Amino acid sequence: MITIKKLHKSYPIGKDFLHVLKGIDLEVKEGEFVSIMGSSGSGKSTLLNILGLLDVHDEGEYYLNGQLIHDLDERKAAILRNKFLGFVFQSFNLISYKTAVENVALPLYYKGLGRKERHEKALEYLEKVGLKEWANHLPNELSGGQKQRVAIARALVTEPKVILADEPTGALDSATSDTVMEILGDINKEGMTIVVITHEEDIAEMTHRIVRLKDGIITSDEKTNQKVN
Amino acid sequence: MLKNIFDKDTWQEISEVLRKNKFRTAVTMLGVFWGVFLLVSLLGAARGLKNKFDQELGDFATNSVFIWAQTTSKPFKGFQKGRPITLNLKDVEIIRNGVEGVEYVVPRNQTTSTVKYKTRKVSFGISGDYPFLAEVQKQNLVFGRFIDHLDVEEKRKVCVISVDVYRQLFNEGEYVIGRYISINDINFKIVGLNKNGRNGPSDDINIPFTTFQEIYNKGEDISWMMITANSGYNINDVENQAKTLLKIAHNINPEDTRALGSFNFGELFKKLTGFLSGMQFLTIFVGISTLIAGVFAIGNILLITVKERTKEIGVRRALGAKPLEIKMQIILESVTLTLFAGVLGIIFGGFILYLINAFSENSPEPILVNASVSIPIVLAALGTLILMGSLIGLIPAHRAIIIKPIDALREE
Repeated sequence: MITIKKLHKSYPIGKDFLHVLKGIDLEVKEGEFVSIMGSSGSGKSTLLNILGLLDVHDEGEYYLNGQLIHDLDERKAAILRNKFLGFVFQSFNLISYKTAVENVALPLYYKGLGRKERHEKALEYLEKVGLKEWANHLPNELSGGQKQRVAIARALVTEPKVILADEPTGALDSATSDTVMEILGDINKEGMTIVVITHEEDIAEMTHRIVRLKDGIITSDEKTNQKVN
Repeated sequence: MLKNIFDKDTWQEISEVLRKNKFRTAVTMLGVFWGVFLLVSLLGAARGLKNKFDQELGDFATNSVFIWAQTTSKPFKGFQKGRPITLNLKDVEIIRNGVEGVEYVVPRNQTTSTVKYKTRKVSFGISGDYPFLAEVQKQNLVFGRFIDHLDVEEKRKVCVISVDVYRQLFNEGEYVIGRYISINDINFKIVGLNKNGRNGPSDDINIPFTTFQEIYNKGEDISWMMITANSGYNINDVENQAKTLLKIAHNINPEDTRALGSFNFGELFKKLTGFLSGMQFLTIFVGISTLIAGVFAIGNILLITVKERTKEIGVRRALGAKPLEIKMQIILESVTLTLFAGVLGIIFGGFILYLINAFSENSPEPILVNASVSIPIVLAALGTLILMGSLIGLIPAHRAIIIKPIDALREE
């Protein structure tokens, strides 16, 4: 599903360049539940941004769903993101003046679906994360865990190939974190490829494979004891 | 891109954004609303004032001058100063034949007399007139006719009365054509009811010129004359030539500026027209400036909200919004705000004009007459608003898409 070869990325800082990713090779197969771990500054967020087509790499190759990603302009990237990727962010990033169901329906708007169809589908996915009764509530009327579940529903609604979750539990307490991870696990069981970025060991342990990053290099890549279905 | 504009969902999305941020929307619209409101109500008021002037002065030919005689202020050819001058019918012929570009010379006689009808007795201005007075001063007859040639030839005792006279002598609704009123103890038959602008006592009651001569014993003397110029001739030149001829005929010192009085309508009209167009220009200038300031305020506030919404825009882009879609949304938000504010301004401005008109109609001396704005001006204003709204929207729209989605998301 995701193949990257010798990926490099550096950011200009003044006259110098900060070399963040120093040759990453990684393969994520369809249906995998992978976590990418690392302390801050390890390059994990940069990697996720590149995987999420929010940022471009300098060197190396990136295949998403078998398609080589290169020379992306914003328009093409937007179309690919909408088609292949679902995002879950640490700070949820729900649009504050839209209700839960409207938030979930938003990606479908950019996909070009009709209003009624969007609404139905959004409700269906809200039900999947157990928030159908909260459909017409604004984000500030929801708890952190509920917000993240809405965000997960929003990531799923376009039926993407990969879910990219950037510290999905970073703003949640441990009980809620577990629920959110369980939901992600359930989605994975249905065949969805999920990449989680985290710095929390116990969260990473709930995925099936842990890739550790340090200073822009993969230091280890191993399976966890979680049972793969 | 065009598909977007006509897509119902695009508008639903925009109306949602605007509706759910009501306070922001209202504040943003205020400037344009105020600008359009000012433009509409000021333009309407200016038009009302112009209509008022037209109504007051419209009865007179705009290229006319009134000339009358006073007393000399300088000695000449052995005459002392302070000699009273009286114009007469010979002067009329002199000017008619001697001044180039004269269209009409209308002599008028005027005095004040007691007018009686039944038990009522009021003092009114009486004018002795020729039928062609109607050529230089439009006669708005409500009923009947004006003085005609036979009246003058046969020295008939007929009169045309003004609505003002009618109100004071008759009961409302009474039909007066054919009735007799007594002027200077002589019975006159009413042949016309005249609704003129307010031109003073000279238009209270008109009787034939010849009848006037006879009953007031005027001989050839006249009170004053109205002169109009043919088109292409300057009324000021005509006035000067006429005065020169009159000075020669009456032995007045050429340097004497007081012996002959005059009132130049052309001049007055030019001044008024200048004043009115100046005012209209000022109105348009003020209105459009306010409008531009308002549109800039919209652009400015949208720019701020784009900054505020950086994260939202980042989220939208992460979810698959193409740059053009983001751009279109901001521009359409801008246009919608501008247009909506503009329409509100027009409605409120129109409402104010409606109130002004409603009050004016009930008052006997309205300051503004039919204060209104023409539809083409309204449409042009709306068109300009759409244009300015989309142009100003380009700035925040550009701002919104130069931020990379990743930077937008990172912003807290």
